[in-house]
Amino acid sequence: MSEPRPVIVAIEDDPQIRRFLRTGLESHGFQIHEAETGAQGLAEAANRRADLVILDLGLPDMDGVEVVKKIREWSALPVIVLSARATETDKVAALDAGADDYLTKPFGLGELLARIRVALRHAQGAGAQDRGGVFAVADLKVDLAHRRIHVDGKEVHLTPIEYRLLALLVKHAGKVLTHRQLLKEVWGPAYVERSHYLRVHMAALRHKLEADPARPRFLLTEAGVGYRLAAD
Amino acid sequence: MAEQRPDPDALLAKVQREEARRRRGKLKVFFGAAAGVGKTYAMLAAAHEKHGEGADVVIGIVETHGRAETAALLEGLEVLPARPVEHRGARLREFDLDAALERRPTLIIVDELAHTNAPGSRHPKRWQDVEELLDAGIDVYTALNVQHLESLNDVVGGITGVRVQETVPDTAFDKADEVELVDLPPEELLERLKEGKVYMPQQAKAAVENFFRKGNLIALRELSLRRTAERVEEQMRVYREDQGISEVWQAGELILVCIGPGALAEHLVRAGRRFAAALHADWIVAYIETPQLQGLPARERDAVMQNLRLAESLGATTATLGAPQMSSAILDYAREKNVTKILLGKPTRTGLRRWLLGSVVDTVVREANDIDVYLLGGERVKPGETPVITRSRAYLGLPEAEREGAKPRWPGYAVAVLAPAVCTGIGFLVSGPTELINLVMVYLLGVMLVATRAGRGPSILASVLSVAAFDFFFVPPEFTFAVSDIRYLVTFAVMLLVGVVISSLAASLRTQARVAGYREKRAASLYAISRELAAALKEEEIVRTAAGHIGAEFGAQCAILFPNAAGRIVHPKGQSQSYSLHGADLGVAQWVFDHGRIAGRGTDTLPGGDAVYFPIQGASGPLGVLALLPSSLRRVFLPEQQRLLETILNQVALALERVRLAEAAQSAQIKVETESLRNSLLAGISHDLRTPLSSIVGAASSLAEEPERLSPQAQRELARTIYDEGQRMATLANNILDMARLDAGAVTLKRDWVPLEEVVGGVLTRLRARLEGRPVRIALPEDAPLVKLDAVLIEQVLVNIVENALKYTPAGTAIEISAEFAPAAVTVSVADEGPGIPPGLEEKLFDKFYRASPERAQSGVGLGLTICRAIVEAHGGTIRAENRSPHGAAFRFTLPRDEAPPALEGEERQTEPS
Repeated sequence: MSEPRPVIVAIEDDPQIRRFLRTGLESHGFQIHEAETGAQGLAEAANRRADLVILDLGLPDMDGVEVVKKIREWSALPVIVLSARATETDKVAALDAGADDYLTKPFGLGELLARIRVALRHAQGAGAQDRGGVFAVADLKVDLAHRRIHVDGKEVHLTPIEYRLLALLVKHAGKVLTHRQLLKEVWGPAYVERSHYLRVHMAALRHKLEADPARPRFLLTEAGVGYRLAAD
Repeated sequence: MAEQRPDPDALLAKVQREEARRRRGKLKVFFGAAAGVGKTYAMLAAAHEKHGEGADVVIGIVETHGRAETAALLEGLEVLPARPVEHRGARLREFDLDAALERRPTLIIVDELAHTNAPGSRHPKRWQDVEELLDAGIDVYTALNVQHLESLNDVVGGITGVRVQETVPDTAFDKADEVELVDLPPEELLERLKEGKVYMPQQAKAAVENFFRKGNLIALRELSLRRTAERVEEQMRVYREDQGISEVWQAGELILVCIGPGALAEHLVRAGRRFAAALHADWIVAYIETPQLQGLPARERDAVMQNLRLAESLGATTATLGAPQMSSAILDYAREKNVTKILLGKPTRTGLRRWLLGSVVDTVVREANDIDVYLLGGERVKPGETPVITRSRAYLGLPEAEREGAKPRWPGYAVAVLAPAVCTGIGFLVSGPTELINLVMVYLLGVMLVATRAGRGPSILASVLSVAAFDFFFVPPEFTFAVSDIRYLVTFAVMLLVGVVISSLAASLRTQARVAGYREKRAASLYAISRELAAALKEEEIVRTAAGHIGAEFGAQCAILFPNAAGRIVHPKGQSQSYSLHGADLGVAQWVFDHGRIAGRGTDTLPGGDAVYFPIQGASGPLGVLALLPSSLRRVFLPEQQRLLETILNQVALALERVRLAEAAQSAQIKVETESLRNSLLAGISHDLRTPLSSIVGAASSLAEEPERLSPQAQRELARTIYDEGQRMATLANNILDMARLDAGAVTLKRDWVPLEEVVGGVLTRLRARLEGRPVRIALPEDAPLVKLDAVLIEQVLVNIVENALKYTPAGTAIEISAEFAPAAVTVSVADEGPGIPPGLEEKLFDKFYRASPERAQSGVGLGLTICRAIVEAHGGTIRAENRSPHGAAFRFTLPRDEAPPALEGEERQTEPS
């Protein structure tokens, strides 16, 4: 590895999970700094010039969402939140507050690494689409410069809304986008509560892009949270 | 061996009496014939003696009236500071009851037992303060003059011509543990008076001098001596009873004193008290209220109530009997209570009327075979003199009588004038062909109509006018009042008489109808409230029902107050208060709750505030307090209204106890169920957690302790085991947590309009790894409408059902997920091709901790399907399992579609951006 090792700050109060994060991530070439509390974590993230923050939502001293907001006050560095299941609202709140992605405990190292890679890639401002403006995964090809979409070599026609929706997902490929974020970007702030708009158009998009819409390959549903465009 | 054993009941009563006496403080009364005999002096001397013996003696309040020898006796004793009270500009010094209770001496000196406290004090009378001191276990020395004794009040008034306002009920005096008569011969008293040793208010000097005449003093001395002798005799009786010397005394005399609304009532009550005391008998004072009496003016009814109060304060039991017939009511009640003597006032009807209409007294005397009947003559009450005891009015605190029947009376009289005029008109029309005598009938008809509509007064007026009109217009010579034929005078007389009789009858009919109307209304409201209370399932409902009805019935604002866990009455929670219950009122409520007695405005206790407080007594003790802020006290204190309120409060108490018992039973039941559930949950969880844990610990220990002995292949396998078992535990933990949240009702549905396809897609994504090698068929209708559901939870339902299918069906068999849309519902099915469900277990599958084959080492606590059912039911849907032919099982859940999906505005399905 020629470039310097990316710095990750893990804010997590459970020592076992910290150990797992440290061993797992260090073996994959990351530099890890640990913090037990939100306040400590904020200090570490600033001092260590972190490239990415892994943040547990259940911290002893402050609400995880607050930590995300504090980080967003001074930095756009990627934040991946960890949360227990059955707390969709917390996840959504953290994502809406600016977190980049989330993982539900328990999770495997593989999932975590995939999320970290996506987040770092976006942070470098180097989405696939920027390289020539073309995003391609499997047999889906989206040419943002020419607004052309090909599935399995055949061109697909989209409505303007569908296109805007797809383009947004492509821009954040691999990242989860909440219902709110999608509605706000595509339809405008007045529509953030009308999630059925999103669902109807997402269904239409699937029918156009997916071979089997009930088993989506690209447009993945994160139940209760939002949607994610598969990046690989 | 004719040893006479004391009656066990009497012995028990004695023990109880002694018990009560031990707990209560002792009361010693220094009793005198008049002011100036030296009661205060004797009392203070006795206090010093006690003090000398080492007792904790405190002067509560003593009026020395500037007498030096008395004041000197205060030296050396602790004096409680008096409570300054401002009343109408005057500064009064009042006994400080709270300070005394706080100080808790063994003995307290409280002078002037008959004193009336300044308005705003807890009790209107000082003897009530003393009662409370005694209840608190404090001994009291006090002083009293004979003229202040309630039962002798009228006698003293008769002798001296002065009736004092301040009285003490005989019960308070009789309950005294000791009475010391402070006696001074009249000559010496007069001597002291001359020397100025007797306190005399300047302004009333003449009256006082008039009072202190020798004749009066002799009479008063005799009264006080006699009253003391009565006490001694009573003590003798008690002593003999205690010692088992019982042959002399025959118990069981019970005297019934019947009072009416008349002037005689107060006299009857006092006489009854003396009579009962002389016979050592219990006595009851009963007011018999016939429908006619219910129609009496408010003022007179107040007088009755005050007489009943008087009787109570003299130690009688009181009763108000509602009956249509006075004599039968008296006799029935007397027989029921085993009354031995009845005391009645002399008949009010005399002479011919008595002979004609009969008299209650005569009937009672005739029919009371085994009961002695005593008649009491009264002082002659001059007509026009109001017999109402004005003295008691302030005591009762009732406002001046409102004018009942405040309806204007002139329309009745207008009708009374109009009716004969109309009859005269009719008379002119028919006078030609008919006999003159028939016109009389026409007039009588008119009188009759007036009587039914307008009552007695107008109809009598109509009778007189009719006779006059008949005479003037029709009896020859016409248009004069002169009468040619003398026989017409008989006609006039009979006409007038019939008119008056009709008037009386019709008027009493009207009254009875009105009273019956009131009764019916009360009965109806009682019925309504009992029905609603019986239907009430919660305390709040009972309170709301009761408050609503009581408020409407008594024209009052009301609140029901309950004690908190510590037994302190607190403000009701959440209930909006239409009037503020400030701190003082809660104090009264607390007193009512603790003593189980009514208090507040219009009563003996704490009458200062605006509200009246009634205890709500249940079978097991006090339950709460009703605070009533009546617009008119009369609506609360009228006998029949009080009966109604009592009945309602009893109903409320019953309902409250019923609800509380039911709640207690239910919570006990829930406790038992929770307990057994917790046990089976623990058993299930401990099994299902231990199995994967064993694998994890085992595999991890191999890896951690001796990795060098393991081939890389083996290491990977062990790691895989840990991973898989960890996932299993995660699923289990999730299920348990989900169930706990659903059970606790902590889950609120976040329902959104979602395509089913998306939900199914989510399920397949989540289970992708486990569905490997399984054909999954999806059969969703093309263009299926959106369904309103909680996507996360319904996804969980499908995941659980599919996992269940994976668990119980052979590897490689197909699973099919399908949906059918009906107009009002959507049914989602998950079908498999496994062995199917054992018959009869289709429902059981959804029970907590149920597993189809418990022996198999299947993971999962058996919560998966239970969670499904809970979620589906939370959506208002149903879930069921069934076998399909030829084999396999199908789980179907149905969700209602009771709303139309929302429309989408704006750009729809146009194609292609430019």
